[in-house]
Amino acid sequence: MSTSVAYSPDASSQTKGQTWPGLATYLVLGILFGITLTKSEVLSWFRIQEMFRFQSPRMYEIIASAVAVATASVALIKKLRLKTISGEPITIAPKKLGLGVRYAVGGTIFGLGWALTGACPGPLFALVGNGVTVMIAAIASALAGTWLYGWLRPRLPH
Amino acid sequence: MLAFASAPWPWYVAGPLIGLFVPLLLILGNRLFGVSSSLRGVCAIVLPRKVDFFHYDWKRTELWNLLFVTGILIGGFLAVHWAGSQNIAISEQTRLALAKLGIHDFSGLAPREVFTWSALLTIRGFVSIIVGGFLVGFGTAYAGGCTSGHAIAGLADLQLPSLIAVIGFFAGGLIATNFILPLLF
Repeated sequence: MSTSVAYSPDASSQTKGQTWPGLATYLVLGILFGITLTKSEVLSWFRIQEMFRFQSPRMYEIIASAVAVATASVALIKKLRLKTISGEPITIAPKKLGLGVRYAVGGTIFGLGWALTGACPGPLFALVGNGVTVMIAAIASALAGTWLYGWLRPRLPH
Repeated sequence: MLAFASAPWPWYVAGPLIGLFVPLLLILGNRLFGVSSSLRGVCAIVLPRKVDFFHYDWKRTELWNLLFVTGILIGGFLAVHWAGSQNIAISEQTRLALAKLGIHDFSGLAPREVFTWSALLTIRGFVSIIVGGFLVGFGTAYAGGCTSGHAIAGLADLQLPSLIAVIGFFAGGLIATNFILPLLF
């Protein structure tokens, strides 16, 4: 996700898995993730409202347990120096802190949008699949927002 | 199995499953879990113009993400057709608070009074969908990640920038919930 700065040299090693069978893996993982977003209900505007009003622990339990599993997995991958199935060393590029403005301000702007739409980017796509087709308009607007950021980027503090 | 398919998953199933996508993506393809760079990828394909941010090797770095989000859409479709549509059993407190805002239809995943094509022409529909979507897209590009890339993958890798971003996510969400929604609804 730290993609907006120039790619780190190790990104050049990420060329494997770009064959169609390799890429199909991501489609399958995406399908599983879409099912998970739906059955966990994290894609629901109602759940997001409940979370921001602190009226149920459910979203916090989900986020905390997701982070716990992911943290343990990453620690294990690093400790055991695991490789990918195609034999590359697994690398995670560190995010550049810089002034930190982009994270604080960008994060807050994102949060405003998260509460208004009741959905972050993954759920927006899952909601369209679920039949909430008006979220196509939200995705189009999100693309416009991303585009405006790209255009303004040289003038924004990071 | 059928009950598991039709009922919403409990948090201790849903959360760990979401977390597992981080090691799965790393092990299967050396990819860091994160959805929002797909938005950058689409901009790079559709309208790169002379914007540096959109001139990069998206085929190598983003193709996977475009397939991943396509899968998310299909997964949402399969879940609803396989397990049926669901109503969200939110807490009574939330229901009362939302009723005060004028939400009366609690069926489905998002209130039908706001999230329909015809509601786009109302102020609250337009702000929720179009302005909200725009802020999501702008904010995630500026912050360099969204809930998946920062709140899950970034925190899992103990990255300080991600922690700052996540604090921002919640600050923004609390501002919108407490100060913007009451004006809007």
